[in-house]
Amino acid sequence: MEGNLNALTTVFTEFYYWATIPLMFFIHIGFCMYEVGASRRRNHMHTLMKNTMLIPLVTITFFFFGWWLYWAMPNGPWITGGLDLAAGAANTPWSETMGPNAGDRITGVFWAAFLLFSWTAASIVSGSVIERINSGAFWILAVVIGSVAWIIDAAWGWHYGGWMVQLLGYHDAYASGVIHAIAGGFALGILVVLGPRLGKFAADGTPRDINPHNPWMVCIGLFLIYAGFWGFYVACNVPIIDPPTIGGQITGDTWTATTIYLTPTTLGAITVNFLMSLSGGLLAGYLVSRGNAFWTYSGGLAGIITASAGNDLYHPIHAMIIGGFGTYCAYKLHFWVERKFKIDDAVGAVAVHGYAGFIGLVVCGFVLWGHPSSPYEGYATINPLGQFVGAIIMFFVLGFLPGWVIAKILATAGMLRIPKQVELLGLDFANNRDEQAAAADVRETEKAAV
Amino acid sequence: MSTTGIESWAVDLKDVGALYPFQGTEGLFLIIGVVLWIGWHVLQMRAEKADYDGIVGRHGDDASINEALEGD
Repeated sequence: MEGNLNALTTVFTEFYYWATIPLMFFIHIGFCMYEVGASRRRNHMHTLMKNTMLIPLVTITFFFFGWWLYWAMPNGPWITGGLDLAAGAANTPWSETMGPNAGDRITGVFWAAFLLFSWTAASIVSGSVIERINSGAFWILAVVIGSVAWIIDAAWGWHYGGWMVQLLGYHDAYASGVIHAIAGGFALGILVVLGPRLGKFAADGTPRDINPHNPWMVCIGLFLIYAGFWGFYVACNVPIIDPPTIGGQITGDTWTATTIYLTPTTLGAITVNFLMSLSGGLLAGYLVSRGNAFWTYSGGLAGIITASAGNDLYHPIHAMIIGGFGTYCAYKLHFWVERKFKIDDAVGAVAVHGYAGFIGLVVCGFVLWGHPSSPYEGYATINPLGQFVGAIIMFFVLGFLPGWVIAKILATAGMLRIPKQVELLGLDFANNRDEQAAAADVRETEKAAV
Repeated sequence: MSTTGIESWAVDLKDVGALYPFQGTEGLFLIIGVVLWIGWHVLQMRAEKADYDGIVGRHGDDASINEALEGD
């Protein structure tokens, strides 16, 4: 780190990524609140712990192998080249740069920013399967989505050298597909195998409402996810870089912020577009759900998610309209899929993340058609077909398929779903009964002391 | 003698790399970490199955289930 400008850039970048991490913690707090709020009283604490324990499991496995996958697999492998072992070498769990290292200030914070995305991917899935999945089975699935599937998609489509960027012109600046579509698809794959909660559907197939025990808590949870989403957006950027360091076609010496693809953008652009797409989603969510608080808040989230693929470049009014459009479609699709295929997605995660993310990718292909996907020569430009193929890869190939396969294996082994009696009694039944007995014992003791 | 390999800060920082102790044993610690991770899953799955078996055995009767459903 020689030279004042170099030192300042490095330390600023280190602090920049660090600051995104505590912000992104709010995403997880929000997910826990809204998932517990959506569950019934007899399942609260198990629901909380199911989500909480994905944190350490995804963290350690992301350290063990997830981070290496990102650096080693941008070529497929064997699509635009082999495994990138040279880039992967600096990101193995035994690499010196993965521990405290005076010569490398960036790897640790960059790893952690990606890790918080991993938690998000797993947490999206967590809400949809509440009240009937075996916690141990979920945690295996969380490792698969959080430390394997999403990070492979990131290597392919969210890396300046990813094969999808090179060949398809894939553009997904703030992760409509690489986080949301894949997590939604993965959740859907599990839900197909897992089945609905008992009582969700009447004998004639009509879906019943299983209301959240605390709608207010659900909405504040979603509000907290909005707060954490700021960290997510900021972490998707490279904060400051100069054209010679990029080494692409950009000429001159003007420093800039860039997307993960090293294409220029500004923090101002994504700040305005975040707010406008949130607003478009809230407005559409309110109208389409006739003022239902849960779907209005979910609409805000779906609005951001739909516009995220191109929020580095959209005009703010584009972001608003795209956010509203995606929200409307996600809401309609949620209830259509529920009725048609008897899918019990307890929190609407497949719709808000999966469908909105998929739609956002496709819309981006039309709106940004022809824009360069990369500063490097020879890359395909952004186009509708590339984005559509990319959406299929995210939602179905890396999302639905692994979710379905792993869930099927777990179900075959009798490990996926909790016993019917436990589902009816409630996951917290034993704890609740012990607590009631302890409280009664104390009460009797206190009465005796009167 | 220092576990980190650094015995004095009378150095130029550009010459300093890794700061953590026991450098060279990262592979061994990775193996230990992976074993602990897999072991955690095995122990957790066993414990969860035993918990559910116990609950079904003790409280899986219709009366207990109806009581629990009333209280929800």
